Amino acid sequence: MKNNLFSPIILFLVLAFLIGPFIIIIAASLSAGETLSFPPQGLSLRWVIKVFEVESFRASFGISMFLAIGGTLAALILGIPASYALSRYQVPGAETVRTIVSSPIIVPGIIVGLALLRYFVVPLNAGILLALFLAHTALILPYAVRVVSASLTNLRSDIEEAAVLLGCSRTGAFFRVVLPNIRGGILAAFILGFVTSFNQVPVSLFLSGPGVRTLPIDMLSYMEITYDPSVAALSALLAFMSLGIVFLAERFLGFSRYV
Amino acid sequence: MSDSRFLSLEKLTLSYGKNVAVPEMDLDIGKGELVALLGPSGCGKTTTMRAIAGLMEPSSGAIVLDGVNITRVPANKRPVGLVFQSYALFPHLNVYENVAFGLKLMGVRGAELDTRVNDGLKTVGLSNFASRKPAELSGGQQQRVSLARSMVMEPKVLLLDEPLSNLDARLRLEMRTELQRVQKESGVTMIFVTHDQVEALAMADRIIVMLDGKIEQIGTPEEIYNNPVSDFVADFVGFENVFERVDDKIKTANGDIAINGTIDPATKGLAWRPSMVTLGEGPFEGTVRGTSFAGGTREYLLDTPLGQIKAECAASLPAHDFGAVLNFDLPVAKAAQLARTGNL
Repeated sequence: MKNNLFSPIILFLVLAFLIGPFIIIIAASLSAGETLSFPPQGLSLRWVIKVFEVESFRASFGISMFLAIGGTLAALILGIPASYALSRYQVPGAETVRTIVSSPIIVPGIIVGLALLRYFVVPLNAGILLALFLAHTALILPYAVRVVSASLTNLRSDIEEAAVLLGCSRTGAFFRVVLPNIRGGILAAFILGFVTSFNQVPVSLFLSGPGVRTLPIDMLSYMEITYDPSVAALSALLAFMSLGIVFLAERFLGFSRYV
Repeated sequence: MSDSRFLSLEKLTLSYGKNVAVPEMDLDIGKGELVALLGPSGCGKTTTMRAIAGLMEPSSGAIVLDGVNITRVPANKRPVGLVFQSYALFPHLNVYENVAFGLKLMGVRGAELDTRVNDGLKTVGLSNFASRKPAELSGGQQQRVSLARSMVMEPKVLLLDEPLSNLDARLRLEMRTELQRVQKESGVTMIFVTHDQVEALAMADRIIVMLDGKIEQIGTPEEIYNNPVSDFVADFVGFENVFERVDDKIKTANGDIAINGTIDPATKGLAWRPSMVTLGEGPFEGTVRGTSFAGGTREYLLDTPLGQIKAECAASLPAHDFGAVLNFDLPVAKAAQLARTGNL
């Protein structure tokens, strides 16, 4: 029974690979020492507290939250009707639309960022925040269209006709019958979009300007100056935030059924 | 409007882009009738049904229901119900909510809603399943929910798309009686689409046989079964030996061959069921090329100068082996006389 001995080892190695860095970060953030190190030098919560005291972290956290939530909502508002049209109607040029919509994931972020800066922000004198918002929306759109399309494909289209024959208008059928059944897909797209936007570095790097920075960019520049464990503490807090979101989604909406 | 013209299709033309699926169809259906639209796939039966439901807009012609021209009435305002082949239940709602869906949209609330939904569920024998989700039901149960969901709306016409095709053989028999019972009890005008002649013959009061968008024949199951008007209908209802007539001969692969008996000059073709072929005596000879036992009868496939002939006789008679040469006859007196040929 070689298998019985072998599989726990594999399992352990995989888990160590996945969870290891996370444990290191948590441990480093609880350090009492002055510099980022592992194993931690003593135990304290001072760096966790410090995170909340750094003014720029609070500001950039707010901007990141705004971009992640706002950008994802905007991407969904654009993406849900687009997915619906692509999956239900024979739209001329549907393939082209699909390709264009997915292009932000194919084109490297640095190029997207540079292009936006060079041809949008500079010539049009557009605001940094607006540029960031549009860039994030565009980056999330492919995920929104992909995930929502997948759940629409799994949903039979004749239930809409059934709803119409029972007295619904076409629009009514969408809201009463389609939307409740793709709720899981929309939630999955939301979480995916939120995380993508929140962790976005290359595009944001080009578009961050004075006073307007996303959290990852702020963390980068903070580390260039100060090498204390507060960055580790912040990372750990963000990881817990993500865990919390996924946990709540699973708890109340059965997230894992849809992903 | 009389009861025999409760639902009328008047020169109804249905097309997909430039392709005309159904050209200028005229059809009258009586109040309370149970009608089958029968035909092979692609004959336009489903298209016709979707047009009656309002899911497809006719390119010309009219649909009149109970004296009202509903041709331009949108699907959600028509007093027409449709039970989908796939049942099309709403997966996020339970059985009760599925059945209540249309009533709620009509503004039915409270005790009346409850009574009507429960009555609907009782009619199809699913009172104990009200809180189940569609995914937790068998195919037959989903079919019943779908039926109840349409029936509680009290439609003037109930359409069913291949209502038995997704069920296994035993359930099919059960559902057949169930559908007939619901129809007789409620008196609703019911039209079902099917490609299965056995289903149509067993259930319908009247059968409309369609081919290539046109009506081939309309008749009671007995008329369709015994007196098919065309070679296509004959073949569809089991006349497996179909021949065109030329004067007093029949046209075969080996030329025109004379047969015994006088043929009505108006007849364009002749058709025999395997059971109508006289086996063991007669002017023709055939070699047995295949035999199959079908319970009460035994079927033979014969190679003959007339082409391949399917014959049948009681299984109690001695069996003929492969290669045996048998005499047989195609008696004109027994044949179905076809008014039209050329569709096979």
